Amino acid sequence: MSESDVADAGFDEWLAAAAEGDAYYLECANGHGSLPPRRVCPDCGSTDIAEVELPETGEIRTVTVTHVPTPAFEEDAPYATAVVDFGPVRLTGQVVGIDVGDVETGLTVALEITTSETTGERVIGLRPV
Amino acid sequence: MSDVRVAGTGLTSFGNSPERTSRDLFAEATITAFEESGVPRDDVEAVLYGNFMGELSEHQGHQGPLMAEAAGVQAPATRYESACASSGTAVREAVKRIRTGENDVVLVGGAERMTNLGTAGATEALAIAADDLWEVRAGVTFPGAYALMAQAYFDAFGGEHEDLAHIAVKNHENALSNENAQYQRAIEVSDVLEAPPVSEPLGLYDACPISDGASALVLTSEAYAEEHDLEAPVAITGTGQGGDRMALHDREHLARSPAAREAGAEAYADAGVDAGDVDFAEVHDCFTIAEVLALEALDLEPLGEGISAARDGRTTADGETPINLSGGLKAKGHPVGATGASQIVEVTELLAGHHPNSDHVADATTAVAHNAGGTVASATVHVLEVDR
Repeated sequence: MSESDVADAGFDEWLAAAAEGDAYYLECANGHGSLPPRRVCPDCGSTDIAEVELPETGEIRTVTVTHVPTPAFEEDAPYATAVVDFGPVRLTGQVVGIDVGDVETGLTVALEITTSETTGERVIGLRPV
Repeated sequence: MSDVRVAGTGLTSFGNSPERTSRDLFAEATITAFEESGVPRDDVEAVLYGNFMGELSEHQGHQGPLMAEAAGVQAPATRYESACASSGTAVREAVKRIRTGENDVVLVGGAERMTNLGTAGATEALAIAADDLWEVRAGVTFPGAYALMAQAYFDAFGGEHEDLAHIAVKNHENALSNENAQYQRAIEVSDVLEAPPVSEPLGLYDACPISDGASALVLTSEAYAEEHDLEAPVAITGTGQGGDRMALHDREHLARSPAAREAGAEAYADAGVDAGDVDFAEVHDCFTIAEVLALEALDLEPLGEGISAARDGRTTADGETPINLSGGLKAKGHPVGATGASQIVEVTELLAGHHPNSDHVADATTAVAHNAGGTVASATVHVLEVDR
């Protein structure tokens, strides 16, 4: 967690765009997906990278319900964290709008930026559709 | 490639000593290592030291020279940070230095002070081994990341929490005779299953404890050991290192550890052995599921079958390939920066016949130490062999 109010360029713009429904991922000339900030494709080294619209929905690949959080999520626990496959790229986020005990692998979710109940910071959220 | 001799080993007890500084912990481990080795401090040409969270727990950077000083050694010193694989990485660098002839005698080890941070503070500190922007800020903790892998494993290969519980039971059993272990206490499968959840499916007894402790090794060249008539029957004969994408979500398979596979393959080839030659191993069981992933990455179990190894007795002290005879991270404890070198200490003692559990591996000649960082974005593997 950043100690100051200074933004993390690339990441904070992405969160802001995602909050407006304009989430994107980065795609290199060879079609590899990745997340910002990124100057070089981690798969192939291509520096030809462009922002591409993130698919509307993704599928949960694995999930855990965390009961012992870091201090930054003290008031949020228990919460479900999932790895979601959006096709060209995957994201890790918190599953919202569903009882944490009902979250399971294979569930289809859409990105929805939420806020931490502990810190008020923006958090990558995932809502079942 | 010439072998590297383990001339002396030292460990502190692992456990709960929040008031002790890491410089004090490391000093204690080095005193034992020097005494055992018979090597004078003046002969040390480099100090390689592993530590992960010193900035957070002790407000201390630049720890290399501090630790050389604590050990009473006048030699250039470097700190290695590679999360939980910090001192495994330091050992690998020491081996390479000795093999190239750059150094004949190296002091290598590590230390970590953690319990002074408390559970919440240590959880926060450990989490920095993950991608801060894309994992930690989404609420991923270190147990949470391994829980994600455990669930992915169950979905891919089957298995259940009870299978994992047998790993914790086994490692606690192995630690009963290890006086350096944090937990010298037997547990039962029901204890694991009934423990409070940390990150489901993992509970409190699936997780290694938060620990303070240090480890040290005096490593020498073959020539130095011969010239000085050292009693050093155990050699590091193979070393390997692997890497992977930082964030778990960027791995093709969420329930595999290719970095450990790469490190293992390199170490086996380097030593001229294969998985079938391994008589026993110390693997990085920071969580029960981590032992499963390690066994499969090292080819000690086929893919998808590591989950049943402890339950079916293949990896228990009397099994065909005993795993974590020290108690592992699970019961011995996991002072992060000390762990990699401490595994080499345990393997050396087991092979040399000096370990309380040596009787279980009396005829063993070849063993492996596997050290992993983060969700195994970093891994080192070492092969050790003993003269018999």
